[in-house]
Amino acid sequence: MDLALAPETLARWQFGITTVYHFLFVPLTISLAALTAGLQTAWVRTEKEKYLRATKFWGKLFLINIAMGVVTGIVQEFQFGMNWSDYSRFVGDIFGAPLAFEALIAFFFESTFIGLWIFGWDKLPKKIHLACIWMVSIGTILSAYFILAANSWMQHPVGYKIDKARGRAELTDFWAVLTQNTALTQAFHTLSAAFLTGGAFMVGISAYHLARKKHIREMKTSLRLGLITVVIAGLLTAISGDTLGKVMFKQQPMKMAAAEALWDGQKPAPFSIFAYGDVEKGHNSVAVEIPGLLSFLADDNFTSYVPGINDVNKAEQQKFGPGDYRPNIPVAFWGFRWMIGFGMASFAIGLAGLWLTRKKFMLPQHLRVGDDEVPHLVLFKNKALSPTLTPWYWRIATWTMAFPLIANSWGWIFTEMGRQPWVVYGVLQTRDAVSPGVSQGEVLTSMAVFTALYAILAVVEVKLLAKYVKAGPPELTEADLNPPTKIGGDTRDADKPMAFSY
Amino acid sequence: MELHDVWFVLIAVLWTGYFFLEGFDFGVGILTKLLARDRPERRVLINTIGPVWDGNEVWLLTAGGATFAAFPEWYATLFSGFYLPLLVILVCLIVRGVAFEYRAKRPEEKWQRNWETAIFWTSLLPAFLWGVAFGNIVRGVKIDQHFEYVGTVWDLLNPYALLGGLVTLTLFTFHGAVFTALKTVGDIRVRARKLARWVGLVAAVVALAFLLWTQADSGDGKSLVALVVAVVALVAALVANQAGREGWAFALSGVTIVAAVAMLFLSLFPNVMPSTLNGDWSLTVTNASSSPYTLKIMTWLAAIATPLVLLYQGWTYWVFRKRIGTQHIAPEAAAGAAH
Repeated sequence: MDLALAPETLARWQFGITTVYHFLFVPLTISLAALTAGLQTAWVRTEKEKYLRATKFWGKLFLINIAMGVVTGIVQEFQFGMNWSDYSRFVGDIFGAPLAFEALIAFFFESTFIGLWIFGWDKLPKKIHLACIWMVSIGTILSAYFILAANSWMQHPVGYKIDKARGRAELTDFWAVLTQNTALTQAFHTLSAAFLTGGAFMVGISAYHLARKKHIREMKTSLRLGLITVVIAGLLTAISGDTLGKVMFKQQPMKMAAAEALWDGQKPAPFSIFAYGDVEKGHNSVAVEIPGLLSFLADDNFTSYVPGINDVNKAEQQKFGPGDYRPNIPVAFWGFRWMIGFGMASFAIGLAGLWLTRKKFMLPQHLRVGDDEVPHLVLFKNKALSPTLTPWYWRIATWTMAFPLIANSWGWIFTEMGRQPWVVYGVLQTRDAVSPGVSQGEVLTSMAVFTALYAILAVVEVKLLAKYVKAGPPELTEADLNPPTKIGGDTRDADKPMAFSY
Repeated sequence: MELHDVWFVLIAVLWTGYFFLEGFDFGVGILTKLLARDRPERRVLINTIGPVWDGNEVWLLTAGGATFAAFPEWYATLFSGFYLPLLVILVCLIVRGVAFEYRAKRPEEKWQRNWETAIFWTSLLPAFLWGVAFGNIVRGVKIDQHFEYVGTVWDLLNPYALLGGLVTLTLFTFHGAVFTALKTVGDIRVRARKLARWVGLVAAVVALAFLLWTQADSGDGKSLVALVVAVVALVAALVANQAGREGWAFALSGVTIVAAVAMLFLSLFPNVMPSTLNGDWSLTVTNASSSPYTLKIMTWLAAIATPLVLLYQGWTYWVFRKRIGTQHIAPEAAAGAAH
């Protein structure tokens, strides 16, 4: 059969499409839940109306987004059985447990408390209502942790034995699966990247409104919150990314070599900025490199030896038998660069923004503004950005909102494709994982259906987001300012319309 | 009782929870076309399940995840074997979730109508298809010696399974109607009771036929008890509905669902998915299950987390215990802007 249309290839494409799509919503959900909860906490503590308006505004965008995250997540859970039944048979004893934990602990948390939060504005006392959004936030983080522990096991299987008689892997140490360094670092990296994503989203939308001098109070607050989130999360993403790189170098040397298009081992090994190679011949024809940097990234030492693609391929052939153990090198190489490039660009823009909008007391008198004025973008001590450059900062901040999303997607493509041909590194190859009973026609059908449906929903979602972004924070109603004091709502007026209804 | 037997029961409990809870919200979705006369009434219906449908759906995700963890072979065979029907269910669940969340986000009539139509179909199709799926699981399908499903999608559409589909469809619609009567005020409440009367009668007839068929095929003493409980509860639910005892009617339609699912699992045990080709190729609680170590961890998880889930989900129903009517629905124009 034509390899391009083999069920395995199709199933991989489907998994890739549905996963990358799902993960557009995941990081925004994780970070916006916490950021919205933070804003609502500020409202409950200070009772300043701007915080409540901001909570409602970001909460609405969060809800539009989480709806998509939830429904596309259902596909993820069922797809293992549908398209990867031999994988499920082989690893279910291990891989199923974190998934069940995720469902029973995290999904129930998220879904139940999100219902309470959406409909609870006039049914729950202020503090209990606030607790609900924090519960949602905890749910999203737990959910991320369990699924990343499961994925980490595919990157670096631990705590298992192979049962030859039953032809499968079996769990021997669940604690090891949950707490191995791959899981911890990967969760740290993914969560910090999620906050970078949400921070950049907040910065971008606040910049959009501030450039138009609209909703200034709420957007100034949101801009600062977003910028601080971007800077802290960006820093943590870089640190955790570096740690993860070192873990990867030890556990999956092929992925590190592929990420660098380092064909033959070198001591010290350079970091390649640009490379163009010939996969068949196994070398690069063009390469721009920084000497020693890869050695440092992999091993904290500028002179360490880093094995190349050809070396690891040979070693794996000796260990696992004949075959080609190289992933798609250009995808790994460029995926790695786009991940870092787009992620760090949004960090840099956030850092610049944080400096430009620094607080009043750091500014000279004539550049300070009141609470309801758009801040000057102050470059140096007495120098604000010129009227031509100022709109450009707002514009760039708005446009670069998508950067972390691109970085996240390439990060996952790199992580998953860089592990190929293994689905579980060193244990099970992808070609042995696919469902033998599912036909080419069936996978083509489902892939077409998911792709078309997701494309339509993407248009619907983005238009809806744009509508609510443009509308800005809502005016507060009487009900908003007088939250109930009893669980179930106040009984004064039994026929009063609900504060929120579908 | 060994751990894999415990897990057989727990999987049955998760599916029961799913059908009990999502059963009425599928039913309510179907009623948006069957019962509601105008937009405010449709909104009343949708809002009776608004705060809870998402949590209800997680029972399915948990059933799926738990099956993966406790019976990987069952998960693998079932989900790859029933590929196309599952695809339809997944598409429905995706569209349905988005429909609930997005319907009121724009004021245009066309936008809202489209999502309402979506809610109807995406409630109706899974309500039917889950019955078809369980019909096939109980009856057995063509499974080979490698535990692979080797039949076609048409094999799944056999009379027994289709009858099973009608059972879940009518039973969930009935369950949704009595739920609506319990959760609403005004005219819609009265009409929900009337509708429940005849939907319940149809459900009683098809359910009786299906359960008797099941009993004749693969039943034993225990499954007969469950059958009797299911039928008696359904009749009692009809009587309670007639008498205007809405709480009782809902509880009893719930008992019907619990007993019917129990009966299916009882007639299944110790198989989890019988093979119609060769009895030795059937998936059973023993040959489909995970290792004792995994099952032990999962049991701890279930023992700690399930009571908590029941507690806070139950609390949600208590928070939103008030009946709603058209007067509680904010005017249409405000729906988009104010929230």
